[in-house]
Amino acid sequence: MSIKFSQEQLNKVQEVIARYPEGKQKSALIPLLHMAQDTFGGWLDAPVMDYVAELLHILPIEVYEVATFYSMFNTKPVGKHLLEVCRTGPCMLNGSDEIIDYIKSKLGINEGETTPDGLFTLKPVECLGACGYAPMMQLGKNFREHLTKEKVDALISELTAKAGN
Amino acid sequence: MKLLLQNAHIEGIRFYDAYRKNGGYQSVEKAFKMSTDAIVEEVKKSGLRGRGGAGFPTGMKWSFLAKPEGVPRHLVCNADESEPGTFKDRYLMEFLPHLLIEGLIVSSYALGSNATYIYIRGEYAWITDILEQAIAEAKQNGWLGKNILGSGFDCEIYVHRGAGAYICGEETALIESLEGKRGNPRLKPPFPAIQGVWMRPTVVNNVETLAAIVPIINMGGEEYAKIGVGRSTGTKLLSVCGNVNKPGVYEIDMTISVEEFIYSDKYCGGIPNGKRLKACIPGGSSVPIVPANLLFKTAKGETRMMNYESLSDGGFATGTMMGSGGFIVLDEDQCVVRHTMTLARFYNHESCGQCSPCREGTGWMYKILKNIENGQGKLSDIDLLWDIQRRIEGNTICPLGDAAAWPVAAAIRHFRDEFEWHVLNPEESQRRNYGIAHYADPLPMVGAV
Amino acid sequence: MSEVQNFKVTIDNITVEVAPGTTILNAARAIGGEVAPPAMCYYSKLKDSGGKCRTCLVEVSKGSEKDPRPMPKLVASCRTTVMDGMEVKNITSEKVLDARKGIVEMLLINHPLDCPVCDQAGECDLQNLSYEHGSEKTRYEFKRRTFEKEDIGPYIQLHMTRCIMCFRCVYTADQLTDKREHGILDRGDHAQISTLLGKSLDHDFIGNVIDVCPVGALTDKTFRFKNRVWFAKPVDAHRDCPTCKGKVRLWMRGEEVFRVTARKDEWGEVEDFICNDCRFHKKETKDWVIEGPSVVDRRSVIAQGHYQGKVGMVKEQPRLIDQVIGKAPKLLMDIHSISDVNRPDVDLSQIEGPAHSDDFE
Repeated sequence: MSIKFSQEQLNKVQEVIARYPEGKQKSALIPLLHMAQDTFGGWLDAPVMDYVAELLHILPIEVYEVATFYSMFNTKPVGKHLLEVCRTGPCMLNGSDEIIDYIKSKLGINEGETTPDGLFTLKPVECLGACGYAPMMQLGKNFREHLTKEKVDALISELTAKAGN
Repeated sequence: MKLLLQNAHIEGIRFYDAYRKNGGYQSVEKAFKMSTDAIVEEVKKSGLRGRGGAGFPTGMKWSFLAKPEGVPRHLVCNADESEPGTFKDRYLMEFLPHLLIEGLIVSSYALGSNATYIYIRGEYAWITDILEQAIAEAKQNGWLGKNILGSGFDCEIYVHRGAGAYICGEETALIESLEGKRGNPRLKPPFPAIQGVWMRPTVVNNVETLAAIVPIINMGGEEYAKIGVGRSTGTKLLSVCGNVNKPGVYEIDMTISVEEFIYSDKYCGGIPNGKRLKACIPGGSSVPIVPANLLFKTAKGETRMMNYESLSDGGFATGTMMGSGGFIVLDEDQCVVRHTMTLARFYNHESCGQCSPCREGTGWMYKILKNIENGQGKLSDIDLLWDIQRRIEGNTICPLGDAAAWPVAAAIRHFRDEFEWHVLNPEESQRRNYGIAHYADPLPMVGAV
Repeated sequence: MSEVQNFKVTIDNITVEVAPGTTILNAARAIGGEVAPPAMCYYSKLKDSGGKCRTCLVEVSKGSEKDPRPMPKLVASCRTTVMDGMEVKNITSEKVLDARKGIVEMLLINHPLDCPVCDQAGECDLQNLSYEHGSEKTRYEFKRRTFEKEDIGPYIQLHMTRCIMCFRCVYTADQLTDKREHGILDRGDHAQISTLLGKSLDHDFIGNVIDVCPVGALTDKTFRFKNRVWFAKPVDAHRDCPTCKGKVRLWMRGEEVFRVTARKDEWGEVEDFICNDCRFHKKETKDWVIEGPSVVDRRSVIAQGHYQGKVGMVKEQPRLIDQVIGKAPKLLMDIHSISDVNRPDVDLSQIEGPAHSDDFE
């Protein structure tokens, strides 16, 4: 896979950089890392980060420092679907521990692991701001809320079926 | 009384047409006929206090903004809502994005910010889209861009999405993050009002605070100040979670009692399954937890109300804080030790690692709590926990240290017997929870069968 | 022409006049001795450094002449500027000593305490800090955080487990070199100094990260395990260097140069940064013009075993404790009152062989 944004994406990059004052293009770093992660396989490999550094004319280490600070950036490969289940206080009160245990036994993986088929990664996370709709998980761009074992079953079959096609 | 959410139920209110038809953007029209100083004056008169958690008077914060000649100023909206228990800003942005945009335009005008940024937490990805659409609609209709309403004032609003870091809700960490750096809080002074983002004067306000600017301009600061009680003026959004029948976001005018808020069908609707109330954290996870017997009545025996002053009555010994309005309710079957442990884990995970007491202390507290929770604790661990939190509190660069220390301190202060029980009954504590003990709900079980 | 009015600031009951804009820490250093708070992350020669380790916290009991209110929290003295009439308590504040003790404990919970095999031992700021402000035992009972040792380039070894995250080496690379290769990765208690990809640090001035490191996290590979610093004799020397000022300190044993470092002042800060060539490649006495023995703090372990009878080379520290506390140190116990063998009239050195109780009868 060659590490290069499409022309359309490069236009978007310029548009994002233009949101910030001249010479402050480093401000576009987090938005660009989001774009890069979405484009280049769901995680940020060193060459990807170097590419972003090049686009913003900053040092690679500045990108590494930022990418490893924020929890949404994966610096290691993850499965196709990242199941990020919240386990902080309010979700715990509503049974998030049981949901995490259920996913573990259902997929046969531990926290932070990926299924052998590369489809699912389970990542318990801290508060995502959906405390009133607990237990919940983040899946891609969206939240799945009021989770039950049945909902987890349905979700996993749906995603597995999609991958089969 | 609702000022922010009164139109939330209207079909299509998320979009410009319905929003405008229902009185939207009137405050912009009104404000642009006023001087910027007059707007700041109205905000001061309103008594509005920052809704992000600290409760600092907004008008005063605005008046601190430095205005050196030739240096641009910026308004930044803090939408990095990450405090466990808090999801009110999310509701507001998701369902009433134009209310925030309207408040932002008025505030940007008042502060002279030509480029205003909404820093939204990375996980709220779909809300970023909603906000960007609302901004585009506002721009199409002439509320943003060059020379708005012929006033000569230019303004653009940009959404800047974070990437998962609680610490970026702290204003200087947010500014660092907006500059494309790690979210390490800055040392103050200099304060953002003097040197903020890109070393320019900056005001950082919470989403709800900026949305409240709209009713303040529409009704006037004095009228707004008449709502509520004492220094708790206006309305406050509360996000309710935990063990209640009706979790969700409520707008209150700070004159109702805590008891009514929990048990009234209009709000939380009581505790599910006829259970009794054990404890409550009324202002987001970092404020002190209070047991039921201190929640409804202050130490003086007065009814505790849902406002800044009443909730903090008695200090940390018997009171708590309004905080961000993340209202977490624990029923009689919840384990305070386990709950405190998850919070300690949260703060350990979210510590930026810059200053030593927080970096090392949060992890230490989590490990001890985990041991106690798993039946491997010692009685001396409880005193040790107390000592660690005491030495973190007040000694860190930013308030995250305090936020990590307070929940542990309050849990030990009020629920020490439960911690001791865990230590002394390691096996039993793995099978069942401690229950409700002496901090029992002093009220009859409303709504219970 | 009017001169800038100096500010009067009182620290631990000693008043000093300093220019406006001076930090409390630097005002305290102007007084000197024990009044100066310890600083693990602040470095006067590195812009933006400080504020992080929290060991220099002090109590401001009076804000200024104009606004005498005390500050509600302890403040980082390295980053708080003085006001006219400010009153500060450092070692006279129980609160400060307690907080500092707590911070030392936190700094040590994940520190390996491998001083016996650490090259920094003897000149380690954390060792000194623990000696003065720590407790003799830890209450931490968990596994300590560890990292793999990493060679960052041919001359520098990174021993991340020992790091206390002062950020000094990052500022050094930022401010002395044009391309920083290492930085802070991850966050919270997992944060670490790294290049991410095992890159090698090579820049003419990068060796200075070794000197600024307050602990043994960054050490000189050319000196590794060669000698104990207190066995080596520090000697000031210079050479004509095209890259730096060439003013260095040689650490010698006999005629052999064991290592070369920058000269450090009494606060442990380098006087002039030196280049890699001077530091790593000039290890012969013929490379240098020797100026003479370095001035060493008498309390330092480095001073032990050297310069007996030549106290002139060892800087005397004024004893401030009497002035500060307002009274002389208390004699806790007079050995003669409880011991039969320590009689002042018997001169032990006059006794041949081991002393015996008979000698005192």
